[in-house]
Amino acid sequence: MKFLLVEDNIDLANAVSSRMRLDGHVIDHAANLDDATAYVETEEYDLILLDIMLPDGDGRDFLKRHRAGHLDTPVIILTARSQVSDRIGSLDLGADDYVTKPFDHAELEARCRAVLRRKSGITKSTIEMGGVVFDPVAGHLTVGGETVSLRNRELRLMELFINAPGHVFSKQKLADRLFSYDDNVSDNAIEVYVGRLRRHLEKSELKITTLRGLGYRLDHDR
Amino acid sequence: MTDNPTVSGSLRNRLVLTLIGGAAVLAVLLFFAVRNYAAQVAQQGQDNILEASVASILDAAALRDGVLEVDIPYAAFSMLSTPSDDRVFYAIFQDGEFLSGYEDLRLAGGAEESDWSFKSGELRGERIRQVSASRTLVGLGRQTEIEVVLGQTQDALSQTLDQISRNAALLGLGFFLLTAALSFWVTSTTIGQLNKLTTSVTRRGPQDLSPFKKPVPREMAPLVTSLNSLMGRLDQSLSQSEDFIAEAAHRVRTPLATVRSYAEATLHRVERKDNREALRAMVRAIDESSRAAGQLLDHAMITSRADRLEREDVDLVELIRELVQRLTPIAEMKELSLSLTGDPTVPYSGDPILIQNAVRNMIDNALKYAPSDSAVEIEVNAKPEVKVSDSGPGFPPEEIGQLTRRFERGKNAVGTIGSGLGLTIAEDVATAHGGTLVLTNQPKGGACVILSL
Repeated sequence: MKFLLVEDNIDLANAVSSRMRLDGHVIDHAANLDDATAYVETEEYDLILLDIMLPDGDGRDFLKRHRAGHLDTPVIILTARSQVSDRIGSLDLGADDYVTKPFDHAELEARCRAVLRRKSGITKSTIEMGGVVFDPVAGHLTVGGETVSLRNRELRLMELFINAPGHVFSKQKLADRLFSYDDNVSDNAIEVYVGRLRRHLEKSELKITTLRGLGYRLDHDR
Repeated sequence: MTDNPTVSGSLRNRLVLTLIGGAAVLAVLLFFAVRNYAAQVAQQGQDNILEASVASILDAAALRDGVLEVDIPYAAFSMLSTPSDDRVFYAIFQDGEFLSGYEDLRLAGGAEESDWSFKSGELRGERIRQVSASRTLVGLGRQTEIEVVLGQTQDALSQTLDQISRNAALLGLGFFLLTAALSFWVTSTTIGQLNKLTTSVTRRGPQDLSPFKKPVPREMAPLVTSLNSLMGRLDQSLSQSEDFIAEAAHRVRTPLATVRSYAEATLHRVERKDNREALRAMVRAIDESSRAAGQLLDHAMITSRADRLEREDVDLVELIRELVQRLTPIAEMKELSLSLTGDPTVPYSGDPILIQNAVRNMIDNALKYAPSDSAVEIEVNAKPEVKVSDSGPGFPPEEIGQLTRRFERGKNAVGTIGSGLGLTIAEDVATAHGGTLVLTNQPKGGACVILSL
């Protein structure tokens, strides 16, 4: 997926960008509205993450112009304002959703996913590998002509594995990505989700291998 | 919110009493003035006739061969006749000697100085008016002075006076009644201007803090001016406090967001268990403080909105559906599902932002305590009620009454992030709409929060 992040706080922007890249997304960063306009005019994005208080204006004005120009790229607003007051305005102006700072990255990811799923007519981004068709936006996994809907954590796990086949993920890394910080994660929770994913992949050429003491890896059997 | 002002006296009563009191005094004065004037005029009339009569008697007197002859003309008495048959007394003196008539009619004291003397007196138990006059007759080598005293009872006069008094009293009363009516009218039109201002200020919506522009009498202009400036200041301070809340949230949350993102990013690179534990604790602390800051600000915002509740016609179901849709990604993250059931539409008049915020806090709460892979049920019915139930551990029964207090958290909240303000906010919103927030446990287990509006 290709994202545009419009955020004037460089530290926050770097942190969000690096996390997004880690998830396998392409992300461009604009620190003000001028840059953002330039990016939008030259590139096509799947999603725009837009801050409201920017040095050269209000993000909502950008959104208004963006929508007036018949651009229907989904927009998620990043706001530090009180949730009560911000609901008005941003959603009416055509934002698809908003996240209140500081946000849990997992929440941002979940919101991006939900927005993209709602607008799935626009983007088609399926991944095909080893007899598996994976649609991360819709959350569908098709194996041997049979399509199953993945639950949220199965979906995220699948996304991690399929974006980096052959890479070893430690249990901890996986837990970081699958659970938020106020979840109480038990030791075998990851095993449960890996087990579920393995069952879905049974009839395919893809296989999740356990490496004792190291973690898990997605292998492609030929 | 509204204290009744201390009432001291009434402008209306004061005005009415002053005006009516003044009218009464004036009416009494009018009565006496008219009566006195009438009495004077009537007296003058009687005096004139008496004078004419005396003059005619004096004219008839003559010295014939040195002897005084007085032939009282008939007209002298007939001109004195009145409808009340007043009695007439006369006395004739020659050089101070009583000559004829009623001797008890005494000569007037000051007859020497002026020819004519008028005085009121009493004769045989009746009030009379008497006139005396003298004339010097000169005969052959002799001169004599004749004095005539004529008295008349005053029955006709007092009858006339009575009648005039009655009329004067009627006139005074009429004047009084007319002025009283006028003063009531004047008072109520004057007070009416004040009432009009009061009504138009009262009729304003809670959000309407615009200046008052309708024309008012000049005397009320200073009041309206200070009212307008008060409303201006209020408006400014309200919008300032909302701006302040937004600005404060921005100032607090942006740096927290940065720290959180860094901590999270670092966590992904760090392998050692104790470092990871420390970073996780950091992220949790940041979440806790940002949520507390957020909820404090939300609470402030909600309090200020609830104070001047702005009702709007909304469909509760549509409102809650929008909210459920927004919260679905968060629920999915925890592998929870949200279900919305109940009536297809529930029209309601309330503040949509407050209601959404209250229900969001209720659902947030449920999401926090619901076990993985379970469902949080939201029901909207036409009572109207919004019910949020989960299949978590439920509320500890002994604490159920205290959980809506500020910063109060249940015993089983240890280990979850929260500020203890969520249910307080929901209850404040319920109260602002004249409803209640009820916390219960379901018989099958799990908490159930009911927001009745």
